[in-house]
Amino acid sequence: MRKPRIALAATAAIAALALSACGGDGGGGGAGGGGTQGTGAAGESIRIGIKFDQPGLGFKDGDNYTGFDVDVAKYVANELGYSEDQIEWVSAPSAQRETMLQNGQVDMIFATYSITDTRKEVVDFAGPYFVAGQDLLVPADSTDITGPDSLNGKNLCSVTGSTSAQRVKEEFASGVNLLEQPGYAECVTAMEGGQIDAVTTDDIILAGLAAQPAYSGKFKVVGNTFSEENYGVGLPKGSELCEDINAAITKMIDESAWKDALAKNTEGTGYEPNAELNPPTPAPCA
Amino acid sequence: MDRFLSLFQDYDILGAFWANIQLTFWAALGSFVLGTILALMRISPVPSFQWVGASYVNIFRNTPLTIIIVFGVLGLYSQLQVQLNENFNLNFFMLAIVGLTVYHAAFVCEAIRSGVNTVPLGQAEAARAIGLSFFPAAWLIILPQALRGAVAPLGNVLIALTKNSTVATAGSVAETSGLMRTMLEFNGDIALLIFLIFAVGFVIIVIPIGLATTWLSKKLAVAR
Repeated sequence: MRKPRIALAATAAIAALALSACGGDGGGGGAGGGGTQGTGAAGESIRIGIKFDQPGLGFKDGDNYTGFDVDVAKYVANELGYSEDQIEWVSAPSAQRETMLQNGQVDMIFATYSITDTRKEVVDFAGPYFVAGQDLLVPADSTDITGPDSLNGKNLCSVTGSTSAQRVKEEFASGVNLLEQPGYAECVTAMEGGQIDAVTTDDIILAGLAAQPAYSGKFKVVGNTFSEENYGVGLPKGSELCEDINAAITKMIDESAWKDALAKNTEGTGYEPNAELNPPTPAPCA
Repeated sequence: MDRFLSLFQDYDILGAFWANIQLTFWAALGSFVLGTILALMRISPVPSFQWVGASYVNIFRNTPLTIIIVFGVLGLYSQLQVQLNENFNLNFFMLAIVGLTVYHAAFVCEAIRSGVNTVPLGQAEAARAIGLSFFPAAWLIILPQALRGAVAPLGNVLIALTKNSTVATAGSVAETSGLMRTMLEFNGDIALLIFLIFAVGFVIIVIPIGLATTWLSKKLAVAR
């Protein structure tokens, strides 16, 4: 007699869970629709996708969000008429960014999101607001690594599923040893242990890692970029916000708020972005 | 359909599954040997052996596998400078096998111990009565019968091991879950198809294991 009753209760609980999950989704989608149309921001919130785990760019520190992406996002949102407490920050991991925009889980994404042609097929981009380049992070006392060509026989760390390490191996140094880790923090930990000679990804991400208090003075960015990554603002296909966001980015660059944000988030690393390409001019909207 | 085929051309999906099968094979072998030794320790009459066996099982069965694998890279390799092989990639492959082995040995040990419980006490008493000491009695009389009774739980451990081998991606081994992440990053628009490919791949690998253990456990069962 007892068994069926437990089963019944469990079924009911699962059904309730499923129902409440649906309800939550529907509500969120509705609010998002209002936000993306840009019709009057009063009282509504805007959902912005950022990285939660990249110090210096997008980082969740308790209830605070810090980093260059976050600062640009705040400025742009402010220009669009959303105050800081109307912003709802959402974690946007690399592999999920297109899906989140397509499903309407976020209104825009500032998450080291490189503008590429394949991505443009499914989402729209505003910006770029920064031009990063692939670079190397090495221990501060390292002198023999000056660029990707000098990595033969060295141990290089990058994140699983990223092309940056693969590019070094294929285009610059075929004799490099690749260590793949779940995150850049693990790479830096491994480099601190002394078994890894360099970590590779976009220069600003490396500068943000090196700027963390725990690593202060231990690592340096080589400063010899060998790719061009245009960080854009990811938008759902057909969004009408692109022009306004571009205007906000241009205004931020003109007002030197852009420069201040960059300096603040890479403080103490001596990092200088590629001056030929930065600050960028936002590309015209499609 | 074109996208589906081009996925197989652009990415070495079969190679990634092959890496998982290799990881599973070596870790299954290692954990079976280590697990049998541990099970012998746990059923032995020597208290210190029992204590070692029980401690091992309680520590490794209750530690998340991800932590063991990450410890292999950040603890053993990076901090303690342990190198199992000169070859950079093979080193991480072997570290991952060691991690999978020590974790699953705890489960293998418990599976075999459950098999020991199916052997009637009279068998052990009879073995001792004809003059066998503990080790020959366990090795010749108890374990052969226990293993036949433990086929089904051992099969479950093997199935879990097959799927857990995807955790090796945290230890810098190029296998399916790492490849899936790469594919998702660059083909986000067909995420569901990519998930489906890997899910079906594992179902194809695991179902034969399940069928084989069911068949074996029926065939090998000791009729009493």
